[in-house]
Amino acid sequence: MKGLEEIRSEAARRFAERGFPTPREEEWRFTNVAPIAKLKFAPAEEAARGLDDELRAELERLGWGGLRLVFVNGRFAPELSSNRYPRGLTAGPLSAANGTAARHLARHAPYQEHPFVAWNTSSFRDGAFVEVSPGTVLEEPVVIVHLVTRGDGPVVSHPRGLVVVGRASQLTLVEVYAGRGADYLSNAVTEILAADGAVVDHYRLELEDLDGFHMGTVQLEAARDVNLSTCAVSLGGKLVRNEVNIVLGQGASATLNGLYVASGTQHIDNRTFVDHAEPNGTSFELYKGILDGRASGVFNGKILVRQPAQKTDAKQTNKNLILSKEAVINTKPELRIFADDVRCTHGATIGQIDREAIFYLTSRGIGEREARELLTLAFARDILDRVRLEPLRAWLDARLWEKFHGYGG
Amino acid sequence: MALLEIRNLHASVAGREILRGIDLVMEAGEVHAIMGPNGSGKSTLAQVLAGRDTYEVTEGEVLYDGKNLLELDPEERAREGVFMAFQYPVEIPGISNSYFLRAALNAVRKHRGLEELDPMDFLELAREKLKLLDMDPAFLNRAVNVGFSGGEKKRNEIFQMAVLEPRLAILDETDSGLDIDALKIVASGVNAMRSPERAILVVTHYQRLLNYIVPDRVHVLAGGRIVRSGDAALAQELEQSGYASLEAEVAA
Repeated sequence: MKGLEEIRSEAARRFAERGFPTPREEEWRFTNVAPIAKLKFAPAEEAARGLDDELRAELERLGWGGLRLVFVNGRFAPELSSNRYPRGLTAGPLSAANGTAARHLARHAPYQEHPFVAWNTSSFRDGAFVEVSPGTVLEEPVVIVHLVTRGDGPVVSHPRGLVVVGRASQLTLVEVYAGRGADYLSNAVTEILAADGAVVDHYRLELEDLDGFHMGTVQLEAARDVNLSTCAVSLGGKLVRNEVNIVLGQGASATLNGLYVASGTQHIDNRTFVDHAEPNGTSFELYKGILDGRASGVFNGKILVRQPAQKTDAKQTNKNLILSKEAVINTKPELRIFADDVRCTHGATIGQIDREAIFYLTSRGIGEREARELLTLAFARDILDRVRLEPLRAWLDARLWEKFHGYGG
Repeated sequence: MALLEIRNLHASVAGREILRGIDLVMEAGEVHAIMGPNGSGKSTLAQVLAGRDTYEVTEGEVLYDGKNLLELDPEERAREGVFMAFQYPVEIPGISNSYFLRAALNAVRKHRGLEELDPMDFLELAREKLKLLDMDPAFLNRAVNVGFSGGEKKRNEIFQMAVLEPRLAILDETDSGLDIDALKIVASGVNAMRSPERAILVVTHYQRLLNYIVPDRVHVLAGGRIVRSGDAALAQELEQSGYASLEAEVAA
């Protein structure tokens, strides 16, 4: 087996050879990372200042409890993190992790194919490690927060996470990415491995500064009979790409939810890849986008059903609400099916706020602007309803309301 | 002063004239019925009064409580006490009935200088009004009109009217598609709202509803004009003779 250092130098070579992707590559056709490629980034660990009041307040607002692991500019912040964990949970910085971490770290996310994953793999200094012992049901969510603070010039942070969920265990995991400053990049990779029969409820919140960049990949590997749900919410960042890759074992089920909300000149690209490798797996996917101003969005949903994956049931839906004339969405499903006894469906919609609905609400006395805000929030409602972690749902609801309240003014 | 005074109202949609000179006066406390065949302009009249922007008013004026109604936005009309029960209530996924109606009620209350109701007080009020229409409180938690049967949608309109307590209520074919039981419930809800301060305009194609909501005046609309007015007996007469003779009259 390759050692971690060997993998990291391979990743470094790979990134050096390949360089940043360009829109000439099909996978990057609608997302031009030139604004990132042209900057010279210093490592956030060295070049960024400490936590300021603004970010401290943001951290406070994320107060929905849970067991916390907080990283500031890539460094573990024990003073902001929980100091006790329940039985069956091992959590802490990767730099202090055990043998499980060594066996799995960097062995699942695709550094060979993906330039930003390669860059992260070669460059991360620390990250979060979470291990749930077999047969453990964790009542409280585990919350991993990565913050990037202002630097004197462009800074880059490479948040890394490894989460190993044991056989028949249950984990609720929340990842939060936030920052302050212009031209910083948060380039995150998380590997989540769920053993047979595990139940994993995963949330990923991208709340970067509107002047920050975010590139993220989540690699989820679900063994036999795993019940997995993942929800990706993107609200911040001027140039954002989220990738969620899921490999499903026999009888495993996955729910993929996503919500992206962009205004101004934000660009948010969501890609999902569901690999049905074994029989009897199910995947249900709903991604919704709300685009205002001159914002642009991309949704690309890939589903692969391999030849052995008979009786697969896969459904993919992408819905977009366009609030302005200039906002743009590119949506593209990609289904490749090699098994013959499967059910796979997909659909995408792009629409505007229903004028009939506006008239209905205003004819009852609700102001037109409030009616638009209500209908915008209503569009996101079914994603919110799928958030099972109640305090997170309430927080998101309030956060979205605040965001839509600023629109159309 | 009349609560509603419509003078020589002309309105068109996409350049086609639908209302061709309507005159109508309603006093507070009165219930008027507007009857007429399909395409006579009944629903257009209701929608123009509520402020739907797909219709263009080309001539005439509408005074509501002495104010120029036509220059108000739909939400301003609602806050001033105008309410239209929709012929086809709109489904709005993602917004609960209770949230929607409390937002509406509070917008109206704020306009009237009253304190806004918190969710608990609102719930108490809503429950009381639901009883009036024989509706299950679970209604409040459902998304607005989503998955409602035709009868439930119409009852929901009257429920909203009961909560908002308008001064001028316009019922746009609220009876269409209702079975007799639902019709009786809706009619008793409307009758409970009759009061000396309120005027109710019932727009209908069928005389049946007027057996349960007995109007003070009946107007017959044909070809975009009111061609006959009378008391409740006029509705009975129409039931006998039908609209065909009237249309012949208008054409002649």
